[in-house]
Amino acid sequence: MDNRLIFEKGSIGRKGYSLPANDIEESTIEDLIPERFRRKNRPGLPELSELDVVRHFTSLSHRNYAIDTTFYPLGSCTMKYNPKINEEIAGLPGFTMIHPLQPETISQGALRIMFELEGYLKEISGLDKVSLQPSAGAQGELAGMLMIRAYHKKMGNPRKTVIIPDSAHGTNPASATLAGYEVREVKSDKEGLVDIEDLKKVLDKDCAALMLTNPNTLGLFEREIRTISGLVHETGALLYMDGANLNALLGICRPGDMGFDLVHFNLHKTFSTPHGGGGPGSGPIGVKKHLAPFLPIPTIEKDGERLYLDFNRPESIGKLQAFYGNFAILVRAYSYIRIVGKHGLNNISINAILNANYIRKRLELEFFIPFNRACMHEFVLSAKRLKAKGIHAWDLAKRLIDYGFHPPTVYFPLIVEEAMMIEPTETESKETLDQFCDAMIAIAREADQDPELIKKAPHTRDIGRLDEVRAARNLDVCFSPTNRLF
Amino acid sequence: MPYISNTKSDQEEMLKLIGVRSIDELIDIPSELRLKRPLNLPASVSEIELRKEMLRLSETNGDLDHYISFLGAGAYDHYIPAVVAQMISRSEFYTSYTPYQAEASQGTLQAIYEYQTMICRITGMDVANASMYDAASALAEAALMASRITGRKKVIVSRSINPNYRAVVKTYLSGLEIPVVEIPVHNGAADLEILKKEMDGGSACFMIQHPNFFGCLEEVTEMSEIVHRMGALLVVMVDPISLGILKPPGEMGADIVLGEGQGMGIPVAFGGPYLGLFASKREFLRQMPGRIVGATIDDKGRRGFCLTLQTREQHIKRERATSNICTNENLTALAALVYLAIMGKNGLSEVGRLCISNAAYARSRISGIGGFSPLFDRPFFKEFAVRTPSSPSGLLDKLLERKIIGGLDLSGLYPELGNAMLISVTEKRSREDIDCLVSAIKEAIRT
Repeated sequence: MDNRLIFEKGSIGRKGYSLPANDIEESTIEDLIPERFRRKNRPGLPELSELDVVRHFTSLSHRNYAIDTTFYPLGSCTMKYNPKINEEIAGLPGFTMIHPLQPETISQGALRIMFELEGYLKEISGLDKVSLQPSAGAQGELAGMLMIRAYHKKMGNPRKTVIIPDSAHGTNPASATLAGYEVREVKSDKEGLVDIEDLKKVLDKDCAALMLTNPNTLGLFEREIRTISGLVHETGALLYMDGANLNALLGICRPGDMGFDLVHFNLHKTFSTPHGGGGPGSGPIGVKKHLAPFLPIPTIEKDGERLYLDFNRPESIGKLQAFYGNFAILVRAYSYIRIVGKHGLNNISINAILNANYIRKRLELEFFIPFNRACMHEFVLSAKRLKAKGIHAWDLAKRLIDYGFHPPTVYFPLIVEEAMMIEPTETESKETLDQFCDAMIAIAREADQDPELIKKAPHTRDIGRLDEVRAARNLDVCFSPTNRLF
Repeated sequence: MPYISNTKSDQEEMLKLIGVRSIDELIDIPSELRLKRPLNLPASVSEIELRKEMLRLSETNGDLDHYISFLGAGAYDHYIPAVVAQMISRSEFYTSYTPYQAEASQGTLQAIYEYQTMICRITGMDVANASMYDAASALAEAALMASRITGRKKVIVSRSINPNYRAVVKTYLSGLEIPVVEIPVHNGAADLEILKKEMDGGSACFMIQHPNFFGCLEEVTEMSEIVHRMGALLVVMVDPISLGILKPPGEMGADIVLGEGQGMGIPVAFGGPYLGLFASKREFLRQMPGRIVGATIDDKGRRGFCLTLQTREQHIKRERATSNICTNENLTALAALVYLAIMGKNGLSEVGRLCISNAAYARSRISGIGGFSPLFDRPFFKEFAVRTPSSPSGLLDKLLERKIIGGLDLSGLYPELGNAMLISVTEKRSREDIDCLVSAIKEAIRT
């Protein structure tokens, strides 16, 4: 196997690109660009043929697990199948080759997709207005937090704190801090839900909002959401929903009806747009009427049949992106909703819930499952029983790789010891779920017979267990042929 | 079609094992919260119907294959080698997620490591991250990073930076109430005399775009002295396409370098997804936002890659993280990596040369038209601003009738510049395209 870096390949003078000849002879670069601005040497890039490049990246692709090759039950990430028709549609030249600043008269098709997608998201969430601008969930959170700030400022006091449960995603406290808020934590109770008594203690007039994920990161629905909403609104604070787990709720219930004032969506989770190895995603933000004036600019508005971008919104928090959002991702989400249809959306959530409960039930004897009751689209188990044999969730994850599965999310949420968060999604079949459960149970048996096998996994990849501590200690984040660690 | 694999009989078997009669029994949601009606959305359509409808809709947009475009201002119609789309369409790349499990993600991890290295090599910086959303958020994150490093709050930006990017910086900094001070433009570049006055002991950084929004080159080396004298940091936003020709910012004193990577193999796509480049000096690595990949070894001493310095990130550090970013732009970073690999040492410089000569030719031809003249007298890369005899909006409308997108009307963004427009000329515009623009302008102002 050829594991060379791209910088270790190629040959001087080899060429893979094809550009037109320069037919402009009026002046030279030397005339046009003074010497103080010019680089002395060409950049240190490789020289490769097209075939070199294709082989290099094709071979790299073989070294990834992906939804298209393996079950990928990464909790909280909704790694569902990404339908191919969406890729084909998003690749149409009428979508890829349009400039964001070209006149609105020749962009009506693009604006229509965005306008209608906003409408779909409003209906799904029970909210009044949506902006598609945020690039990903965390940017949606930031938009939401800044809108909360703008709202309270208008009411006379921006307030000081945002309350966040101890089970929340790390982006929640990071986004609240970026928006200038202090974070206060609210505890989870014995049931794995927001501790209402603790909430009462931390809620006061300084609180700007409660940020909640529902179902929460344990995969449990916050049953007391109406009570929570009442308590929060009584103090004048707002209720924000992290929509990471929306895949459990489609057509079943809606954040707006539960009392949430604003919600961000993750189109790359619920609406099947590919995760791309870590992005790009899209994190639209939806709000109730009272927050609509603060949405990012521009919004998309309709005047008769004509759609236009509205920049004249004096109370807006401003812009989060140079343009209007990750349009090519929006096209995919739009296609997905159209092809799935209204009844299909509801089926998605129902089957996501069924699949998660099936795995939970199949593993409950072999593994400790805290809060073991019916879950929504995901659940969290604990690998703590294996600790006696020196095995951790991390080892279990590595051994799953040998069985041909991408491991679930590990060590999150933080409130469960040796946590493993499993989200199968609706697109997986019973056979796949059975194979995964069989593997988990087989590994639990291996823990009795041969714990070293697990501690040293993976064994079947072209690379063994990587030393992540060394990576942080002997930092090598940029290749240099003269300063090699190997 | 909801893309569900399980059949009714699969579902029944599963329910039996779970020990419930219906899926509804599993749903632990109080009935008063349940939606009692179907969602008011369109019913499902087939692939055939959807494709037909979407194709028709896409064709109502005017695309750059059918228009000759001179529009840039942050989104550029550059050559995308066919190999780029083919490689990023490999679904082992695009259907994976953040490489938390290194041994199952070496493809993505090695690619990011190579990408980080390429970004360092073109910018002349020591370290780069795995990507930010776009140049706008990267600029905002650079301001925050400079503020953390210096412990100072005042952020100074040049008005020669793309107005949309400056707007995003203001949004990002509004919650923390970090003041943003703007330096006016003098003859197409930041006014250094005013910069000297504004720069003080409370300044965290000065941020500049080079080439700037008007396409002009900025006196970065001179700025470096002014900024560093006050103990502040110099943040330079680049156009990566220019870096085959222009001096890397690392050689001009930049502390943090960022840029819009869209030009490197990523389509204009009505504004996104794009790619935020982000690099810095090594000493600031631990203050950097976003993911970083490092090289390491496995249990047999073989080279491999993993995410590193994760203790900066939100999933570990929560409210004390260097940024809230989680999902980034990995796939467009991969596109940029494939682009730089295929263009290589010579291709990037050749693209730069073509842009410079095409843009220079266009500027000289347009300036020859009565009433048109260059707005600034400075060296420029692939964009330039021209003064127009009347408001450019009428002219642009007339050009559009001839299937030419003539450029950007600057009067709304920079009222102080009067009647002016911004014209972008990439390597994709031929001499013939430029001649066509020139004769169309001549005809338009006659009628």
